[in-house]
Amino acid sequence: MSDLSFVRTEMLPEKAPPASEIGIVGWLRHNLFSGWVNSILTIISLAAIYGVLSVLIPYVFLSVWNAESLNECREIMNETWGSSHGHACWAVINERWLQLLFGFYPPEFYWRPILSLVLLVVALAPILYSDRVSSKLLIVTALYPFIMPWLMWGGSVWGTVSVAFGFVAGYLVLKYATEALGELFAMIAGAVVAIVWWLFIAGMFVGAMDAILPIALETVQSRKFGGFMLAILLGVVAIGCSLPIGIVLALGRQSHLPIVKWLCVCFIEFIRGVPLITLLFVASLLLNIFLPPGTNFDIILRVMIMVTLFASAYMAEVIRGGLAALPRGQYEGADSLGLDYWQSQRLIIMPQALKISIPGIVSTFIGVFKDTTLVSIIGLFDVIGLTHAIRADTAWNGIYWELFAFIALLFFIVCFSMSRYSMYLERKLRTDHK
Amino acid sequence: MKKSVIFGALTVAGLAAGAAAAGTLDDVKARGKLNCGVTTGLVGFAAPDANGNWDGFDVGVCRAVAAAVLGDPAAVEFVPTTGKTRFTALASGEIDMLARNTTWTFSRDVDLKFTFVGVNYYDGQGFMVPSELGVSSAKDLDGATVCIQTGTTTELNLADFFRANNISYEPVPIETNAEGQQQYLAGACDVYTTDASGLAATRATFEDPGAHVLLPEIISKEPLGPLVRHGDDNWGDAVRWTLNALITAEELGVTSANIGEMAAGTNNPEVNRLLGSEGSLGEMLGLSADWAKNAIMAGGNYGEIFERNIGESTPIGLARGLNAQWTDGGLIYSPPFR
Repeated sequence: MSDLSFVRTEMLPEKAPPASEIGIVGWLRHNLFSGWVNSILTIISLAAIYGVLSVLIPYVFLSVWNAESLNECREIMNETWGSSHGHACWAVINERWLQLLFGFYPPEFYWRPILSLVLLVVALAPILYSDRVSSKLLIVTALYPFIMPWLMWGGSVWGTVSVAFGFVAGYLVLKYATEALGELFAMIAGAVVAIVWWLFIAGMFVGAMDAILPIALETVQSRKFGGFMLAILLGVVAIGCSLPIGIVLALGRQSHLPIVKWLCVCFIEFIRGVPLITLLFVASLLLNIFLPPGTNFDIILRVMIMVTLFASAYMAEVIRGGLAALPRGQYEGADSLGLDYWQSQRLIIMPQALKISIPGIVSTFIGVFKDTTLVSIIGLFDVIGLTHAIRADTAWNGIYWELFAFIALLFFIVCFSMSRYSMYLERKLRTDHK
Repeated sequence: MKKSVIFGALTVAGLAAGAAAAGTLDDVKARGKLNCGVTTGLVGFAAPDANGNWDGFDVGVCRAVAAAVLGDPAAVEFVPTTGKTRFTALASGEIDMLARNTTWTFSRDVDLKFTFVGVNYYDGQGFMVPSELGVSSAKDLDGATVCIQTGTTTELNLADFFRANNISYEPVPIETNAEGQQQYLAGACDVYTTDASGLAATRATFEDPGAHVLLPEIISKEPLGPLVRHGDDNWGDAVRWTLNALITAEELGVTSANIGEMAAGTNNPEVNRLLGSEGSLGEMLGLSADWAKNAIMAGGNYGEIFERNIGESTPIGLARGLNAQWTDGGLIYSPPFR
């Protein structure tokens, strides 16, 4: 008895969804006001955000950019807004930003660190974006470790050339003596040739070339180095050196040769067992006591060595984690192909292990870069050290947050870029099944 | 760079022992630069300006010594040191002298093997409180919370003072003076205590300095002065007598303004001996005859350096007090130039 009085015979046309379900209203209803609990939480959150921004935005934007001293800043604030509270005095940054960036580096030579930084980008481009940048630029990468110190510290160009030549000589010996002597002895011979060159011949070579064709940049003392430039310098050196050293240490720790293995384990565990600040104190104080009086072992170089050793130990453990994550079959597969140790590492193991370790490697990099501010404790004028110096000026004594906000911004830019690059790299190298 | 390090490690190691034995005075002359240890920044005492030029009360001493020894007040390499690195820097020879508002104490002089060549500032630990608390004496501070830098002698002095007066306090530990200012202004503590010169400098930076008072009690002796390594008496003499020359110049009325005519010769034989127109004091020190003249011309006499950097005309506004000449009832006193 199904007596339907009405049966629709044609399809209804599609209707637009109700206004409350689409667009901004729909998004709000779904994400912010989807129930009374969530609605209350949303309102509380909005109130909190408003509370923060209503203080922060006037602080940052209703601020004084041109003043000679903190007191003048306060007078201007009182005239303009009737209160000197809640407004930033960016005039200190306006006056000192070059100092915060370069330390006491002579202003007429600012082009040298800037050129070093530009060259750094050029040198890194073929490594970081190997698919988009011509590999011919790798020549800049190879030369950069020699050009950068020359630009930064100055001195005769022949000193740099002679250091580079030592490496070239060692490499050539290694390359052509391998067949005659075998790999191990060729490596030793190469090292001996390079060291003999540096110790005995390089001095004469530099003297002779200086006499023939003196090309030199004016020397800049390490003491003049400072500011954010110092953080970048220490960070780049530590990051650049710690990755290869870390790989060697990680491999050494997995080695079957007991002496190599125990040396690596002891190094890693010792360095990881002491805080960086201790190592920095060793660099700045203990070495002074042990070295003969009057020895001029550059303080920045000492710090570079310590920070690099510190970063290397952490890097080694991060990479060991990557190695441990590889299935045993990969090692066995490499062996079954008849690859020797270095070939299998280079072609099979390391590409996979490093890819797995990218997030860990980059967070170690970021950590090391931020740790460079610790050098302020041993009296080097990095950005944090400079805040003390600036505050010690009678004009700016009492200023506090503005300096740290500026430093935070500088560090955020660099660290955030590193972090984004690491995510890009992970996406690019992802080969798993999506 | 790398080359110099390799060479440095190997050759300098051998040569340095011989070079160091030659004496700091000769080293400085040979180098043409004085390595002077200063603080990494203390208001009025040492601070670099926007161009990286150092200025301040302690810096004035460095410049005077450089002028006396090398004839050029600009021939100074300022080595910033922290409270932790200062003594090693001096002991290891990294710096030739330390002018870093360092308190002259028994153990530093005797045990750490340094020689304090004199006192350029008599400081002492004081208290600062908001005037609205209505406190007029440190003995009224029973139960107060006190902001105090940890690991310093001020901490020990504070404990001694409160125990001796049989009153209690609650310490709020802070790490640096800048942090102390913030904490005190934020009301985290009722009282801020550190050296009186530091308190005055800190108060000068407040938005309303009148709302805070320094209490009259000074609870410790902090004689601050330049120091050199123990056992190098020629160098110690040069620094000591440079400081004394600045002090004597003020006592005798020799200023950077009138030193030109005074150096030509005066009726006062001590002025003549000081400025080198009579006698051979410079020669005895191993310096040029006009050493003291150069030192005074570098930044003026003691009083001028004081007034320009920390005196009452500056925002810090310290009165001479104990640091007045002995003839004015202070403690600043130089042995005679004879």
